[in-house]
Amino acid sequence: MESLKILIVILLSSVLVDNYVLSRFLGICPFLGVSKKIDQAVGMGVAVTIVMLIATVVTWPIQYFVLNTLNLGYLQNIVFILIIASLVQILEMFLKKFSPALHKGLGVYLPLITTNCAVLGVTINNILDGYNFIESMVSSLGCGLGFLLAMVLFSGLRSRIDDTQVPAPFKGLAVTLIAASFISLAFMGFSGIVENIFA
Amino acid sequence: MKEKSSLSVLLNGIIKENPVLVLILGTCPTLATTTTVDGAFGMGIAALVVLVCSNVFISLLRKVIPETMRIPCYIVIIAGFVTMVKMMIQAFLPSLYEALGVYLDLITVNCIILGRAEMFANKNAVVASALDGVGMGLGFTLSLTVMSTIREVFGAASFAGIAIPFMQDYKIEFLTKAPGGLLVYGLLIALIYVVTQGKAPLKKSFSCEGCPNAEFCNSQNCDMKGA
Repeated sequence: MESLKILIVILLSSVLVDNYVLSRFLGICPFLGVSKKIDQAVGMGVAVTIVMLIATVVTWPIQYFVLNTLNLGYLQNIVFILIIASLVQILEMFLKKFSPALHKGLGVYLPLITTNCAVLGVTINNILDGYNFIESMVSSLGCGLGFLLAMVLFSGLRSRIDDTQVPAPFKGLAVTLIAASFISLAFMGFSGIVENIFA
Repeated sequence: MKEKSSLSVLLNGIIKENPVLVLILGTCPTLATTTTVDGAFGMGIAALVVLVCSNVFISLLRKVIPETMRIPCYIVIIAGFVTMVKMMIQAFLPSLYEALGVYLDLITVNCIILGRAEMFANKNAVVASALDGVGMGLGFTLSLTVMSTIREVFGAASFAGIAIPFMQDYKIEFLTKAPGGLLVYGLLIALIYVVTQGKAPLKKSFSCEGCPNAEFCNSQNCDMKGA
């Protein structure tokens, strides 16, 4: 029971409180770049969630059973980025071969994920926070869902911005960033809720 | 490619193609590490070192690296230098290491570094690539320092950890939090537009151009193209 509580806290805090995009600023590039239409936002969010989960499945055992046992902890960064890059490639080939429909939907976003700092960030953070395997998986799921949530909310907001008259200096990216600031402000309201959820 | 003078290569990164404020690359560290001037400056210098080293190295190897495998090669080179810089900082500047945390590792996926490798270092000679790295790195450091100065002075009433006495009662704490970072960044981009009177290439949004993955990802099915 106690461990279930911990898992729920990890999940909720990574979706709402420590949202990767809005409070830790990981994965800002796709957040601003691919959030123009809601279907693109959903596609990117789902693709990131899947890659995060698969990357965690692979990187967590490698860190604990290979790098730590061989005292190669300092290679973490190089090993992880290589794993993520090759996983994305393999996933893309796999989808292309076995599920062309899914590949059509998600394939576009996959190459962009290789250099998405949210994926590398979540795998490294799971190790830094000392999570066990199950906790790491839940935390990755939460981060992915949090990313998806932020993308979808923001794409709704952006379609409104397109219809408004913006002063010339703020046109384009400036107003987008300020809108993102307001969403981030709204998410700050969640801080403190999750810690006390079982109190 | 036409030979440019070394000074113009150097200045290009600082002013005309400032990575943060004009090219809009490397947004994650820009937003995350600018809460304090110390952290932002440290981040800027760390990225500068990695950028110069990886630019030089990639430029030296540009004839050896096979065309199709270049992105993975670049990533390995960059990750290697990031690990070195990280270990140096851990050894000599432990407080900075604590402050930057995971963002030091994330220099690996900083679009500025991969972007310069792809756009400049694999086409130009070693010296020009090194200068481009210095220019871009200085431009990055400068923008980060400016942004962190705004956030720390107005948000925490201090500069590089030194308290400013007469501002203690007027802190805007919001600026040191996450939303403040996005707001200041947006305002700075708008300010650049006003200062240059719209002459700076106004970036409407992110697009494939400038994205280091542009050639790596299959461009004909990239519907982000010109988004």
